[in-house]
Amino acid sequence: MESLRVLVVDDEVGMRLGVERALRDFAVRVADVNGDVSFQVVHAGSGEEALELVASQRPEILLLDHKLPGLSGLDVLDRLTDRQIERGGDLLTVMITAYATLETAVAATKRGAYDFLAKPFTPEELRGVIRKAARHVVLQRQARRLAEEKRQVRFQFISVVAHELKAPLAAIEGFLRIISEHSAGDDPAVYNHMLERSLVRLEGMRKLIEDLLDLTRIESGRKKREPTDLDLATVARDMAEGFAPRVAESQLQMRIHAIGPLMMKADRGEIEIILNNLLSNAVKYNRPGGSVDVRLERADHGVCITVSDTGIGMTGEEEARLFGEFVRIKNEKTRGIAGSGLGLAIVKKLATLYDGNVAVRSNPGRGSTFTVTLRTADGPGTSSRTPA
Amino acid sequence: MTENKTKKVLIVDDDPDILYQVQLALQDDGYTLVTAQGHREAEDALSSVQPDLAVVDLMMEHKDSGLVLCQQIRRLFPGTPIIILTAVRGATGLSFDARNTQAKSWIQADSVMDKPVRPEYLRNEVRRLLRRHSE
Repeated sequence: MESLRVLVVDDEVGMRLGVERALRDFAVRVADVNGDVSFQVVHAGSGEEALELVASQRPEILLLDHKLPGLSGLDVLDRLTDRQIERGGDLLTVMITAYATLETAVAATKRGAYDFLAKPFTPEELRGVIRKAARHVVLQRQARRLAEEKRQVRFQFISVVAHELKAPLAAIEGFLRIISEHSAGDDPAVYNHMLERSLVRLEGMRKLIEDLLDLTRIESGRKKREPTDLDLATVARDMAEGFAPRVAESQLQMRIHAIGPLMMKADRGEIEIILNNLLSNAVKYNRPGGSVDVRLERADHGVCITVSDTGIGMTGEEEARLFGEFVRIKNEKTRGIAGSGLGLAIVKKLATLYDGNVAVRSNPGRGSTFTVTLRTADGPGTSSRTPA
Repeated sequence: MTENKTKKVLIVDDDPDILYQVQLALQDDGYTLVTAQGHREAEDALSSVQPDLAVVDLMMEHKDSGLVLCQQIRRLFPGTPIIILTAVRGATGLSFDARNTQAKSWIQADSVMDKPVRPEYLRNEVRRLLRRHSE
């Protein structure tokens, strides 16, 4: 159980002991963090002593009497304001005032007090104020923790992006240096190979940057979505036409199965990104002479797009990792196949925008089937896509 | 450099182009070059080959694949010189130098070189470490 320290500052001993008694077996339930919070009471008889204890005991809640010998409650608040900044605003002050006058309230609020308690108060009133303060402290902490986690995730993402971009850069730079110094002998075929590889790696970088832009646009919600009445079957046929040269090169068959038009309100660009990623994977990870079958049909409250290939397939463990960012299944069979590792993460994000999802069923050595369901262009993703 | 024929150099990188370039840089010195594209292949290679020196990439299947591999090489063949090749120094907060004594305690490598490495630097470093190792 989490325990918060409460520092009671009052020149009357009876008062301090009363607070201690009232909070001794008191616990506050904070639903959002799913836990109870108990209290540990520390006392101070004067403002000077209180300042020392704030520094040494680091209490989370300060119950501060306004009328004190020496430094007043407001003086204490004044001195704390500077330290609060250093401490990240961790200390919450509740002012105790004998006469809850408006002026004291305003002055204390200006100095950062969180709440008030008018003297005399009952144990129940005290607990009510402490309950509210404790919830605030715990939630504030949790918010800070989440922000830190988010920062970490972002940092990791940027590190991976940096690596994914630096790796091809290093390869290209290495090749260009060898070419410019002519340090690989006299066979022109060797230099041609290096030029070709450099171009392939540049193409990979371009694809990665394009995918990154797609991903960030989708995530930030900045991209303006323009849903129109779209026939998905036509879009799929258009896309398939674009793939024809690559399909022919790998001696594949690509077939679109759709009965009549399949209308849906959707953003054409987004649908194209989804289909492009799925079709490109089905071609890339196929075997020569294999096939790609694209099925478009109406499903409950939406549409269902199924893309099946006859390629290398994958294991259950690989399936489970597949939709993460920068996940590329690396094995002998995928060697030499280029990819940013972002395509399916993008498909998944887009499907969410349509209140849908994406799933895979695969058979190692036999092929994979990806199923995307899309329900509506105003899926739940739309409302939660407020920019961070 | 016929005496180098007997020297085996293991080159490990998940990037086929870097593997090719490192091979190119070292092939004229006459070593027997064994290449492995990634951590797992390197483990396989180590079960049948005892290298006299290893050139190892840092980030492969996992962020720390290279470091793990270095430890494995050190355990299997203590004293084998290792060169780490990396493109990620600084970019990921993984900032180190094998010559720094504190870093040396956890990086099991004799040398860390940034990608892209100049072929002649790599060649010289391999020669230097092999010479030192055979002394």
